Amino acid sequence: MAPLDPPAAKKLTKKDFTSDQEVRWCPGCGDYAILAAIQRTLPELGVSREKSLFISGIGCSSRFPYYMDTYGFHTIHGRAPSFATGVKLVNPELDVWLITGDGDGLSIGGNHLLHVLRRNVNVQVMMFNNRIYGLTKGQYSPTSLVGLKSPSSPMGSIDAPVNPMAFALGANARFVARGIDTMIKPLTGLFKEAHAHKGTSFIEILQNCPVFNDGTWTHVTAKDVSSDMQLWVEHGQPLLFGKDKKKGLVISGGDAKVVTVGEDGVTEADVTVHDETNLGLAFTLAHLLPPAFPMVFGVVYRNPGPAYDESVVAQVAEAVEKNGEGDIDALLRSGHTWSVE
Amino acid sequence: MDTPVSQDVTRKTLESVVIRFAGDSGDGMQLAGTQFTQTSAVAGNDLATFPDFPAEIRAPAGTLFGVSGFQLHFASKEILTPGDEPDVLVAMNPAALKVNLSDVPSGGFIIINSGAFSKANLKKAGYESNPLEDGSLDAYRVLSIDISRLATASVEHTGLGAKSALRTKNVWTLGLLYWLFDRDRGPTTEWLKQKFAKKPELAEANIAALNAGHAYGETAELPVGVELYKVPKAKLPPGTYRNIEGNQALAWGIAAAAKLAKTPVMFGSYPITPASSVLHAIAKLKHFGVTTFQAEDEIAAVCSAIGASWAGAIGVTSTSGPGMALKGEAIGLAIMIELPLVILDVQRAGPSTGMPTKTEQADLFQALYGRNSDAPLCVLAPQSPGDCFAMAIEAVRIATKYMTPVIVLSDGYIANGAEPWAVPSFADLPEIKVEFHTDPEGFHPYLRDPETLARVWPIPGTPGLEHRVGGLEKNFDSGHISYDPDNHHKMTQVRAGKILGIANDIPEQTVELGQEGGKLAMVSWGSTFGAVNEAVRQARSQGKDVSHIHLRYMWPMPRNLEALLKTYDKVVVPELNNGQLAHVLRGEYLIPAQSLPKVAGKPFRVGELLRAIDDALEGKESN
Repeated sequence: MAPLDPPAAKKLTKKDFTSDQEVRWCPGCGDYAILAAIQRTLPELGVSREKSLFISGIGCSSRFPYYMDTYGFHTIHGRAPSFATGVKLVNPELDVWLITGDGDGLSIGGNHLLHVLRRNVNVQVMMFNNRIYGLTKGQYSPTSLVGLKSPSSPMGSIDAPVNPMAFALGANARFVARGIDTMIKPLTGLFKEAHAHKGTSFIEILQNCPVFNDGTWTHVTAKDVSSDMQLWVEHGQPLLFGKDKKKGLVISGGDAKVVTVGEDGVTEADVTVHDETNLGLAFTLAHLLPPAFPMVFGVVYRNPGPAYDESVVAQVAEAVEKNGEGDIDALLRSGHTWSVE
Repeated sequence: MDTPVSQDVTRKTLESVVIRFAGDSGDGMQLAGTQFTQTSAVAGNDLATFPDFPAEIRAPAGTLFGVSGFQLHFASKEILTPGDEPDVLVAMNPAALKVNLSDVPSGGFIIINSGAFSKANLKKAGYESNPLEDGSLDAYRVLSIDISRLATASVEHTGLGAKSALRTKNVWTLGLLYWLFDRDRGPTTEWLKQKFAKKPELAEANIAALNAGHAYGETAELPVGVELYKVPKAKLPPGTYRNIEGNQALAWGIAAAAKLAKTPVMFGSYPITPASSVLHAIAKLKHFGVTTFQAEDEIAAVCSAIGASWAGAIGVTSTSGPGMALKGEAIGLAIMIELPLVILDVQRAGPSTGMPTKTEQADLFQALYGRNSDAPLCVLAPQSPGDCFAMAIEAVRIATKYMTPVIVLSDGYIANGAEPWAVPSFADLPEIKVEFHTDPEGFHPYLRDPETLARVWPIPGTPGLEHRVGGLEKNFDSGHISYDPDNHHKMTQVRAGKILGIANDIPEQTVELGQEGGKLAMVSWGSTFGAVNEAVRQARSQGKDVSHIHLRYMWPMPRNLEALLKTYDKVVVPELNNGQLAHVLRGEYLIPAQSLPKVAGKPFRVGELLRAIDDALEGKESN
């Protein structure tokens, strides 16, 4: 079962991870940038093509595996976590990237996402959140805002949206991060952090659908607002944002307050320092939404624990150690038998 | 009354006996039944069992719907069914009597725990007067004993609490039956010692109750018509035997297949009645190279198995009808990407939740056709508990050789039913050859074996074979996504042809009893083998021109089946559904197969099949 080792360590490039398939996303789709970011990241991680797996569900984002020259599995709607779990239980050495979207992962596949996160299977989950169904032509998704007019909600959506990051934290995910499609450099950094994390790492990527929900994140990503609306967290560093990093968050008892350093006697020491192991803090940060607050980005929560796939394999090894390799003849004759002469 | 019995008694020899144990679901009837079964196996009888229990875990005591039953047929001849009607009914309370009495033939022997026939219990069972007193049991031979009191008294010396003491009444009854039917108490005594190894006081009390029941039989005056019996050994082929239940055999068959294929199994499953015990049995076999995964739902279970197959293991999932419905889309994906997958469907009465603990064979259509679009796969159906072992192995062989999902249609009847099984040797089991593709030269993921049409099995981790698979249609020549109309037509034909080709790799259809050609063929499939075979045997012994054909390969069907069926004047298809196989045979072969449906949550009785054979030979429609 052990996968074969690569023939010779050759330094791979972005091109080595690019398949010969024509990319068929709409012009201007945020997915292009994410694809470029991952194709750039993999060579830097020093991983091999044959051990890298991209597993997706159904939706625009789920076409992703076809464009990667690795092993890829375009499965069925919402179920990618289950396929990925099966793969990892057979061969934990395989490096699995799970590609999903807000519809695939939080609507039809919400159940499976919950369980892959709480089990802590060692995979990287990338959720492209464009707050719309793209492939089925523009219906509202579970992350769409109330009031969104779409072909299936002509009078405006009345569904309360789910917050992907809070969902992941609620499911006991042990690595939760957020990035933005077009900010390739930080995204590459997040991919590396996610890859280094043992267990399920969950990255919500804000992604723009230029056809059905254009500009859904502009209030966060536009150049003129980005510094005020994005707070990139770093473990051990104060939660500062704004053009000159003068704005800060003070978080106390689950309440967040925006302060300005240097005003009203506030100093940098008053600003809350990010602790990525603090689940309560992570929950508070996950729920911050513009315009009253900036959205948080980066690794919001990281608290490693045993990876499910490794624990399963360890149980099998333990059973072999305890009972020896299974003997079918002994099994069939176990318990009560009798002889007929 | 007869004279009191003594040790040197004369016993009446019987060829076969059917005993039904019935009581509250908390009365330990399943335990009494399985112990009598084990003991009869040691005594050398052929046997068949059928447990029948309510879905409620702890149904309210004394109610009709809380009655749990266990029927055991043991004999000195070959038997294939648990018997139509009980010769002996053990009724531990009024509800058990009420539910089961109509099955007992006139003159049948009924052992009753009169201690449970209180006013309250009679009322719960819906009796207006006490049947022990109102003469309504006059047509039967009744042995009415206050088992509750006697069992409690027998364990008084052990200091057991009143509640626990009363619980020994099943073992006390077992002791009495062992006396009546000349069974050795040794195996049960040993079993009790092992079961209660950590609570020796309970072992001691139960053994005391067992002996007390036996002693009661030795000394008590038995009513008129009740004699002492013996059932001599059956003539079975020599070998090592064990009792086996269908679900246990499925689990062991899968473990054996993993060894035969030298390939690990990943068993992804979600609990569902009556399939859960397959998961329980296989979860104990991790050291056989089997990984078990209890998924969050039926869909995740099958998807994890498919993911495992893609990664190079044998993906297996187990379920029952409602779970099959949920798995449909994923099974379609496995058909599309052509990966091995084994789906064990332990059928139950439906539709929807139906009657979860009752048996049915009504998932045949779902197995054959229950997916979107043209999605053919292989379907097998074991014919008995022991055959589940062989068919699990056969499913893995076909799945890996043809890169296809295979559905195994077991059902609640053989899942929980047990039979003596001649234990095979591992060395005699069929070889399963599994080969992963490793050669990058000219590789694409849909390269096919020209003979079997199976595609290659390239597994992730293999350098140079990086590729993408998925549910989208693929080009025949490259494995790339394709929307080409002619290609889709071709691929649909290839998928169908691959499955049909399996017919060249399975045995030709044989005639179980009788001969090719004649007036009538009874065509059965799956778990009804025993009842149909017995009925045809009895009809033939009466000189009737009827043959038995039994299908274990449901799709593709054996290559000679059409020609064989066309040699009979009439084909009757008894099955535990509303006519599904009959429909398939009519559709496939344009033969006027006549349906004999039974949809009662219960297996066929030999008697009703005999009547159907008579009707068919006389030209009547039987329904």
